[in-house]
Amino acid sequence: MATTVFLPAILAKLADAKQLQAPGETVGAVVNDVATRFPDLGERLRDSKGEPYPFVTFYLNDEDIRFHGGFAATVRDGDELTVVPSIAGG
Amino acid sequence: MTTTHAAASPTRLTLLPQRCTLCGTEYPAEANAICAQCLGPLEPLYPKHRVLPDREDIARRAPSLWRYREWLPFSGEPVHSHDTGFTPLIEAPRLAARLGVARAWVKNDAVSQPTLSFKDRVVTTAINAAHALGLGVVGCASTGNLANAVASHAARAGLSAWIFIPEDLEPAKIINTAVFGANLVRVRGHYDDVNRLCALLADRFGWGIVNVNLRGYYGEGSKTMAFEIAEQLGWRLPTAVVAPMAGGSLVTKLRKGFGEFQRAELVNGPSPRLYGAQASGCAPIVRLVQSGAATLTPEIPHTIARSIAIGNPADGPFAAKAMVESGGWGAHVSDEEIVAGIRLLAETTGVFAETAGGTTVAAAVNLAREGRLTADDEVVLCITGNGLKTTDVVRDVLPAAPVVDAKVREVAALVAERG
Repeated sequence: MATTVFLPAILAKLADAKQLQAPGETVGAVVNDVATRFPDLGERLRDSKGEPYPFVTFYLNDEDIRFHGGFAATVRDGDELTVVPSIAGG
Repeated sequence: MTTTHAAASPTRLTLLPQRCTLCGTEYPAEANAICAQCLGPLEPLYPKHRVLPDREDIARRAPSLWRYREWLPFSGEPVHSHDTGFTPLIEAPRLAARLGVARAWVKNDAVSQPTLSFKDRVVTTAINAAHALGLGVVGCASTGNLANAVASHAARAGLSAWIFIPEDLEPAKIINTAVFGANLVRVRGHYDDVNRLCALLADRFGWGIVNVNLRGYYGEGSKTMAFEIAEQLGWRLPTAVVAPMAGGSLVTKLRKGFGEFQRAELVNGPSPRLYGAQASGCAPIVRLVQSGAATLTPEIPHTIARSIAIGNPADGPFAAKAMVESGGWGAHVSDEEIVAGIRLLAETTGVFAETAGGTTVAAAVNLAREGRLTADDEVVLCITGNGLKTTDVVRDVLPAAPVVDAKVREVAALVAERG
């Protein structure tokens, strides 16, 4: 079971890739897999408490995960998780 | 602080470098608004010992926001949009009486040039930033007013514009964008969906998206509203300012602007208390202030105030901090109160504001009722957009005009009927 994780340019260099495949049954598990493989990137995906890093927003299939339980949101095989810097707009 | 006369010789426009507001990492001038180290917001880095103008220097300059150019993120002469800013500050005694405050003024960006909203200010700095960086394409994610402004400023600068808006925006805001020849794209979803798309598009196409990768330079234009309020009050500060909040940037930049004028010794006295206004159907920043929560909870907007319907505001935490630190607060109002606010402003000041203005006025009414605005207060209400763009929200609540034959007796009957 794999989710495709899309990274913005400013984070892609920390993984040397714009997109990754990661296993996991929740968004948190997917992020944990990515963070384990790329620790520097992990610091920009999770804060010290393991919560979503405050300056990124996660979208699971175009939906903000905060409306679906945050890192506890369930993912299915083939889902897309897009990471977007939160400093934009207004 | 040195306040000698600033040099006025024309020089080529260049952009100042930037610095992360969170971790302090510095960056050269470029189309980037995010710190690569911590993903925090970048802001222009002004030279510590630059020469600043005094009151008389500023008063001699043309009536536009460029009279404060030492506090804008450039060196050299601006190239585009010389006419934006210095909108009227109108004393509003009848509105003050309704609020029960000592004095009230309307900062009237409903007549901002060229597109009748305060977004002309931020686009003025952004379009000059795009010029300095040599960008040929600009764009934005917008709830309407920014779309109008980017399309207009880009048209006269000769730049191509790609503008993204929510699908269901008010017809007037769509027309007021399309007329300038911009590439206008309606996106299915709310503003926050549009904003997410534009964050990805900036990566993909390298455009200068004013509120994405030019955001650090763009935001500085908002400070000029604070500068103008101070100067137009006779180089002094009000005790309170009420402003609408969408992404939260305006409140944050008002605080920054008032502070910069205090540090330059152009004004004295305490900083104004800042009050942010939102619609109850989309009030994540107000609820952050009122709850005292550590993090902002995003919302899905449901309000007639579409110009401020941002459920995931990037500057929300910063705006909440600015309000609380200033001694101010936040207020949210219902759609009915917003319409009543539009009418109250119109009937007491002669200014026709769009829904964000109705939100601001209605919030001021509620803040006064709660005792947060008091009889000693001198209050400025920031009216950021023009009512002609959102006539649909008031059309059905205004009394129908009677139709008569061109006969004096028919008018006499009406006069008698209405007393």
